[in-house]
Amino acid sequence: MKSPVTFRLNGSATAVFADSGANLLDVLRRGCGDLSPKYGCGQGTCGACTVLIDGEPHVSCLVLAETVAGRSVETTGGLSNGPDLHPLQRAFIEGFAAQCGYCTPGMLMSAKALLDRNPNPARSDVEEAISGNLCRCTGYEPIIDAILEAAKQRGAA
Amino acid sequence: MNAEYRKDLFADERSDDFNVIGKPVIRQDILGHVTGRSKFYDDHAFDGLLHMRCVRSPHHHARIRSVDSSAAERQDGVVRVLGGRDVPVNTNTLLSLINFGRDDEPLLATDKVGYVGQPILAIVATSVRAAQEAVDAVKVDYEELPHVLDVEEALKPEAPIVNEEYPNNAFDYFDTYDHQKLRFGDVETAFSKADHIVEGEYQMSPIEQAPIETCGAIAAPETSDRITVHTSTQALFFSVGVTAKQLDISSARLHFIGGTVGGGFGGKVDSHHEPLAALACLAAGKPVKYMWDRAEEMQVGGPRGGERWRIKDGVMRDGRIIARAFTGFFDAGAYTRLSSYAVQKSTGHLPGPYSIPNVASNVYCVFTNRTPSTAMRGFGITAVDFAIERHMDKVARAVGMDPIELRILNAYRDGDMKAHRREAKNCALIESCQAVAQKSGWSLSAEAARASSKSGGGEGALGVIPETVTDDEGRVGERRRSGLAPEPFSGHGTRGLLPEGHSSNNSSAFGNAPQREDMEAEIERLGFKGASGVPPAPQGPVDETASSARPTMPTETAHATHPAGARGGPSLPAAYVQRPAGTINQPISQPPAQAPGTPVAQQPPAAEAESESAATHFQRGVRRPGVSRFISGSRRR
Repeated sequence: MKSPVTFRLNGSATAVFADSGANLLDVLRRGCGDLSPKYGCGQGTCGACTVLIDGEPHVSCLVLAETVAGRSVETTGGLSNGPDLHPLQRAFIEGFAAQCGYCTPGMLMSAKALLDRNPNPARSDVEEAISGNLCRCTGYEPIIDAILEAAKQRGAA
Repeated sequence: MNAEYRKDLFADERSDDFNVIGKPVIRQDILGHVTGRSKFYDDHAFDGLLHMRCVRSPHHHARIRSVDSSAAERQDGVVRVLGGRDVPVNTNTLLSLINFGRDDEPLLATDKVGYVGQPILAIVATSVRAAQEAVDAVKVDYEELPHVLDVEEALKPEAPIVNEEYPNNAFDYFDTYDHQKLRFGDVETAFSKADHIVEGEYQMSPIEQAPIETCGAIAAPETSDRITVHTSTQALFFSVGVTAKQLDISSARLHFIGGTVGGGFGGKVDSHHEPLAALACLAAGKPVKYMWDRAEEMQVGGPRGGERWRIKDGVMRDGRIIARAFTGFFDAGAYTRLSSYAVQKSTGHLPGPYSIPNVASNVYCVFTNRTPSTAMRGFGITAVDFAIERHMDKVARAVGMDPIELRILNAYRDGDMKAHRREAKNCALIESCQAVAQKSGWSLSAEAARASSKSGGGEGALGVIPETVTDDEGRVGERRRSGLAPEPFSGHGTRGLLPEGHSSNNSSAFGNAPQREDMEAEIERLGFKGASGVPPAPQGPVDETASSARPTMPTETAHATHPAGARGGPSLPAAYVQRPAGTINQPISQPPAQAPGTPVAQQPPAAEAESESAATHFQRGVRRPGVSRFISGSRRR
């Protein structure tokens, strides 16, 4: 059975029909056409599907779509303002913080949640913030460096 | 320190200005990655997309008595149930595209399963959930068979046959050689002259590539009767070729789109998703997605193959390694895929970057009831390099020498003859060791610090062994099918350069002249192929009844065995039953089987057989009547 779910997706009012029991990842990707969150495990272990719900990071594969009714969902698809990239995106580009790119959208969302909460994180804060996001390519160091660099850039701006 | 570049390859195509090194370069695809707009295969949306899930074996090894999918077919949402009989060419091997190896792996198993997770049916339904519920409703009646999970267990005569195409549980190269062999110098004599013998055994487990994006493909019909396939493959042209072959359609009908891979590391070359998705697309006339979930990726996805290596070194008191012998076992799992090639690679890598005048190796590509292994980052090299470098440390301890200085002492130098009879060029191990020592604050002796890859090469034994020359066709040595008229000597071949006893064109039972006597194919170990009246079947599946009823060798009389450890060669534990000298290479009483129409090869001359008997470098397993004669060993677990 399908039921309507109304929420804000990247700032825009969104309504979508979701199968009962459908997870938010499926509904975002297939229902809303936002393909930026990725399926990696379906078990909440890899973090590739991380989105922000009311500013907090969640693995969307384990979130029932119906539970976001009336709430605000942010994805990497809405991270840039048109052509203006978010400081995190710029830092990832310049710091070579992505190789295959599959974990990157989830990584960016976890990083954004951190910087929104703590504009001047220590390295250990960054490590903690992305500890739920697996990356098989980079070895994490460039990602941590890029997040710290983004925090610095944002502080300077 | 100053870098020095001495590459001579493509020298005229390189500007050597190195204006990229040391400067950041922006990846051309990274904007898509950071905005979430890069299109991975699953990011292509199709209306009416169907989903596929597979019925998989819960057993390591079992015969399939029957499959009942009637309940599944009646379930809501189920569109098609596909089995092996629905696949036009169900059996394939990945390297058949380059004519290497025989087709041995079914896309969907029909009469038996060889590993846990092997697919039997593919069910296409309107949702993943409907497909999975249908999978759960399928009843498969299995007759469990004994299984083998260890490479050396698999080589025992009594081991169950994992893969009917290779009933000896070892890949046979060119339908003839059940392992890859390397011979250089004389390890036996060198071992007897060495001050120390250092032996070691090393093992690397299978490793899952674990890409964050699971393997998969979406196949969608085009309006032009073509099929568009979006795939995670790392090997697009493998996938096109395999799909065209297994579906028996022209590759011109296949429009493959790949290139954006969510992590591969080698694990996305197996080309299993594309043929299944495309087959289902043809059957259903609709877009079909076949995507592994995480559990499948970890259980069914081909890992890096496990390897076991034994190394035996003969070392002089001053640290010079004068002989090194290897026995290697590469675990292919239930089917070949790329493991046959991995073993060639590993053999080509021996004995590591060291100048050792006497080298020998026997390396086996072994079938077990494990998940078939496949490519992963340097597969075939990584494990043996691990083994070699661990062994170098062991040698250093044995002779009381600094491990870096030991490596510098034994490193290839320009002009050294490598074990494959190619001259070493552009060597840099010494310089690399010196740089490592410098950067890590490790003090080296003045002599080691002074050493250079450019001096001291090609001295002693390594300077007098000639480089192997190749014939007009680029083949090493001189290999002529018997019966062919000898071609005039071109001046580029080895004809006339080989020692007495090597005839130029027909000395081997298989028509190829071996480079040295102990390189002769061991006909008695080739089971159904060499020693029977059954003609070899180079292509196509072997009839099961034929292979299980392989003719046996004439019974041997009892042999005395050598005292354990008396022989060198790739070192096997004392528990191994050794093939006795004197009886080893008795001429086979029957000529090897020949396919009709191929020229009959001659027997090895008796003199050559004798000479091999006298210098047995390797333990080759006990010779006994029956299916296979392999190295036998103590059970290890």
